[in-house]
Amino acid sequence: MSVEIRDGKKILVTPISAEDLKDIKIGDIVYLSGSLTTCRDVAHRRVVEEGREIPVDVRNNAILHAGPIIRPIDPDNGKFEMVSVGPTTSMRMEKFEYDFVKITGVRVIIGKGGMKENTSNACKDFGAIHCVIPAGNAVVAAVCVEEIVKAEWRDLGMPETLWNCRVKEFGPLIVSIDSQGRNYFEEKKIEYNKRKDEQVAKISEQVKFIK
Amino acid sequence: MTQVEKMTDMIAKFVGHTAKKLPDDVIAKLQELRAKEDSPMAKVIYDTMFRNQELAVKLDRPSCQDTGVLQFWVKCGTKFPLIDDLEALLKEAVIKATFETPLRHNSVETFDEYNTGKNVGKGTPTVFWDIVPHSDKCEIYTYMAGGGCTLPGYAMVLMPGEGYEGVTKFVLDRMTTYGLNACPPLLVGVGVATSVETAALLSKKALMRPIGSHNPNERAAKMEKLLEDGINAIGLGPQGMGGNYAVMGVNIENTARHPSAIGVAVNVGCWSHRRGHIIFDKDLNCEVLSHSGVKF
Ligand code: SF4
Repeated sequence: MSVEIRDGKKILVTPISAEDLKDIKIGDIVYLSGSLTTCRDVAHRRVVEEGREIPVDVRNNAILHAGPIIRPIDPDNGKFEMVSVGPTTSMRMEKFEYDFVKITGVRVIIGKGGMKENTSNACKDFGAIHCVIPAGNAVVAAVCVEEIVKAEWRDLGMPETLWNCRVKEFGPLIVSIDSQGRNYFEEKKIEYNKRKDEQVAKISEQVKFIK
Repeated sequence: MTQVEKMTDMIAKFVGHTAKKLPDDVIAKLQELRAKEDSPMAKVIYDTMFRNQELAVKLDRPSCQDTGVLQFWVKCGTKFPLIDDLEALLKEAVIKATFETPLRHNSVETFDEYNTGKNVGKGTPTVFWDIVPHSDKCEIYTYMAGGGCTLPGYAMVLMPGEGYEGVTKFVLDRMTTYGLNACPPLLVGVGVATSVETAALLSKKALMRPIGSHNPNERAAKMEKLLEDGINAIGLGPQGMGGNYAVMGVNIENTARHPSAIGVAVNVGCWSHRRGHIIFDKDLNCEVLSHSGVKF
């Protein structure tokens, strides 16, 4: 069983199956415990464009679009501490995400802001979800990291390294694309734009200062 | 210790403090907006934000991982004794704060395209100057300008026929695209002026004004309120995920304009609006206006 309820919180525990994600819908709030790996621009490019094998097994696990601040404790023995970690704009990874999910089998993608069809199709076809973690909360996110288990592709520098973390109740995560492929931000944007047009018309009536 | 060293230390310490604790007006406004949201999602988001700010102070770490490019708005008296040293001293203070706080290394030299590793470079930190005649004081606004919020703003010059209706549309159109991804609730700065760069500069200067302050011109103040209510009504809510309030305020700054041009710009500060405001007298006695409880 990979979905636990504790103190009213819905917690996804890795490894996660497509079946576990079936009842999770856009707008739901969940938390993640288990394996989470930071993975952003260049790592996506290496996997998708260069066909390199990802050195951390993310199958049935989670990735985070982020570039953290890490403090080395004993770097020769692979010991690091997570000082601060926050999501980066997921949209930059949109171009790669369909193939990335297909190749790696990742189940949960965490980032900032919405993504588009490549990702929602991947979520639908392969049983995955995209979530956002409220941005600007680097300390909350960092204290959910219990241990940095390993660091791969360190040649990419601190922000781009694959930092494989063991996390506990990492979140809150708001589901923005579910495994049916529904997209929270795209649905919201229709509402927002409609109300925006109404407000422009309303305000325009009251600012006719040039006569 | 020389006066230059003393001021460098004070600024470094103050900048470090602003990475960890938000200014009083921002905290008060976030508390007010938090109380006015009713959806479970908005409540969870605000709970996270407040817990994060508590932990940042407790664990002595920057509250957001993007500690930005440092931008200083300086109102310096021509008689302030350290006026000649100020720009170099501010750069030195940023280097110091970067290692002490620590801050992220956010300065990449253009064209040569390498990260300086010190958080400063050619022309960074940004220093905006206002020279004040006959004064021996120096007033400094410090600002951590994040890559997703206040660095990418928008400016253009409208034709007068588009009027303030055009200004309204320009600002609101940016809110469902740029604003949505800039971590609302936002402080929205709007510049209305005569050219693209004067409007842009004012839109940033507007963000230095305290939340709840108003433009002294009655019509401009009315427009601030109309835009504030209008943006809230779009329903972006905290983090753009939906809710009743999406702005901490709208501040408009303005100048006169050429008859055939309306320069307009919009720039937003995110919920993590790390603005500091400090005033030095000629002997470097200082007063912090933005944050209560700062000791040197
Ligand atoms: S917009 Fe502000 S709160 Fe959000 S990630 Fe950027 S600096 Fe941090």
